[in-house]
Amino acid sequence: MIIDIRQLEFRWQADSTTVLSIASLEVAKGECLFVKGPSGSGKSTLLSLLAGVTTASAGTVRVMDQPLERLGSVQRDHFRADHIGYIFQMFNLIPYLSVIDNVLLPCRFSARRRGQALARAKDLETEARRLLGHLDLDHPELHRRAVTTLSVGQQQRVAAARALMGTPELLIADEPTSSLDTDRRESFIRLLFDECREVGTTLIFVSHDASLEKLFDRTVDLAEINCHATGTVGA
Amino acid sequence: MAIFALAWQSLLNRRFTAMLTVVSIALSVTLLVGVERLRTEARLSFANTLSGTDLIVGARSGPVQLLLYSVFRIGDATNNISWKSYQDIAAHPLVKWTVPVSLGDSHRGFRVLGTTSAYFDHYRYARDRALVITDGRRFADLYDAVLGAEVAERLGYRVNDPIVVAHGASDVRFARHDDKPFRVVGILARTGTPVDRTVHVGLEAIEAIHIDWQSGAPIPGVSVSAEQARKLDLTPNAITAALVGLKSKVATFRVQRFVNDYPEEPLSAILPGAALSQLWELIGIAENALLIVSVFVVVVGLFGMLTALLTSLNERRREMAILRSVGARPGHVFALIMGEAGFLTLLGSVVGLALLYLLLLAGQPVIESRFGIFIGISALSSHEWTLLSAVVTAGFVVGGIPSYRAYRLSLADGLSVRV
Repeated sequence: MIIDIRQLEFRWQADSTTVLSIASLEVAKGECLFVKGPSGSGKSTLLSLLAGVTTASAGTVRVMDQPLERLGSVQRDHFRADHIGYIFQMFNLIPYLSVIDNVLLPCRFSARRRGQALARAKDLETEARRLLGHLDLDHPELHRRAVTTLSVGQQQRVAAARALMGTPELLIADEPTSSLDTDRRESFIRLLFDECREVGTTLIFVSHDASLEKLFDRTVDLAEINCHATGTVGA
Repeated sequence: MAIFALAWQSLLNRRFTAMLTVVSIALSVTLLVGVERLRTEARLSFANTLSGTDLIVGARSGPVQLLLYSVFRIGDATNNISWKSYQDIAAHPLVKWTVPVSLGDSHRGFRVLGTTSAYFDHYRYARDRALVITDGRRFADLYDAVLGAEVAERLGYRVNDPIVVAHGASDVRFARHDDKPFRVVGILARTGTPVDRTVHVGLEAIEAIHIDWQSGAPIPGVSVSAEQARKLDLTPNAITAALVGLKSKVATFRVQRFVNDYPEEPLSAILPGAALSQLWELIGIAENALLIVSVFVVVVGLFGMLTALLTSLNERRREMAILRSVGARPGHVFALIMGEAGFLTLLGSVVGLALLYLLLLAGQPVIESRFGIFIGISALSSHEWTLLSAVVTAGFVVGGIPSYRAYRLSLADGLSVRV
């Protein structure tokens, strides 16, 4: 199991109401999981917990057999740097860095991912170019452009390349296709699948767009498994 | 280290506003260190208005008053020194030289000083610099006059021009010594001291123009022409003050005591250096005000940086969430902003210093010729280093505010951006 959640309870403050309560959720290594749920079903909260930005108020969140709540905040930041790739809904790129430098970012914060990237190519830049090529961004002219001039679809693919840089075990994508055209969504997801399968990365893909569900191995409906979905908090 | 590379790239991206911040810090540093430099040099220069003279002797009074009238030509002497007392002091075995000073007349607002040729030999200012006659020569004839630089410039005098001395400080028709006109024979180089505003004539000339005067007015019915006066004994009865040089500095207090205890008339001997610094303390309030103003300019410059950093934070919250997502700790986010603040302050200080030295190089000759203040282009003094490190420290402290805010924000935001 790469993710193993047991009796998870989460509330923002000790005395506030529970916003997330999951009895059990298991994700196998290499799985591509679709997490669907309307706003307020606790998606962002679940992702924060998986990424180790916040910790469970009760119960346990194990990622790669490591109970995250037992780590200090600095250790969790290290853990995230080493093992987790993350794609945001939009505006994923740091505007003042080049495409290549954006992709290289994880290697600046994790020696482990730098090492793994170097195991696949002679230097980091070659590996970044290779990943970008796999995501249909192999035009050298694109790599030189300011990231703000790229189309939204291109930006999301650069973000995917960054999240996959140095082969993290877990890739978390938070509605990465919601800003893309319908016909581009599928091709983006397929590219993501190909890369994940090639290196055995587990993909947690969150979206409220149920039409994408059919592409995935398995679907979890957060509204069903979260006993405390409120529909107002933690959108 | 990765975070500082990021800070640098982020700064390059905002290079225009960053440059403005650097410029404002640089200018404030230039002003602060420049004022400090000028202040130190002005004080030194002032303390050296009269150097090389060990004692000033005058009628009994306070040191500042004696200094004011004998050196700065401000105010009047309460009393004179008799010629005999002066001779006695000059004859003291420890005294190397004496220069008599006789004041009381003026020329169009500038004081006239009667002295001897020894004045030009022994008068020193600004760390042992001697008077230089740029045009002409010293006085030799009875009715010769040597002008200070400002007198000549303001009144447009040149060598060989005639001038008429007036009795007292105010130049009114009935009090002019117009029967005995002087001739300009020399013009002195600018010194930045009261010498610039002085008309120098021979001691005998002072005597000559007053030979037919009594109690501040011409004696009715008595008239001695300029030529007749030459034939008379022009040894003065009294002088206003005397500058005294000693054979050894060690003897200063012995000679001072000799003068202060002089039995035949009440006299005072003062140490010019001590009196000058006493006087500087009085007028030094202005220079402190100047320093305080420039400190505030630095504070304003740093507040500019604070404003720029704080306003940029909201735009950068997404950037911070992205950095967090790739494994940056909140501490990294703190370092990102702190690195920027520190870099801006350091760069501002370096640019400010460079600007200051450029200005000093360019301004040195002008300041020297206009104000007689010689500003040495030397390395930073320890006091200037202290000021500079205070600026840099303040920059880091100010940078701590947005850094801490960014730290709190990135802790609260995590990977989501709530703008």
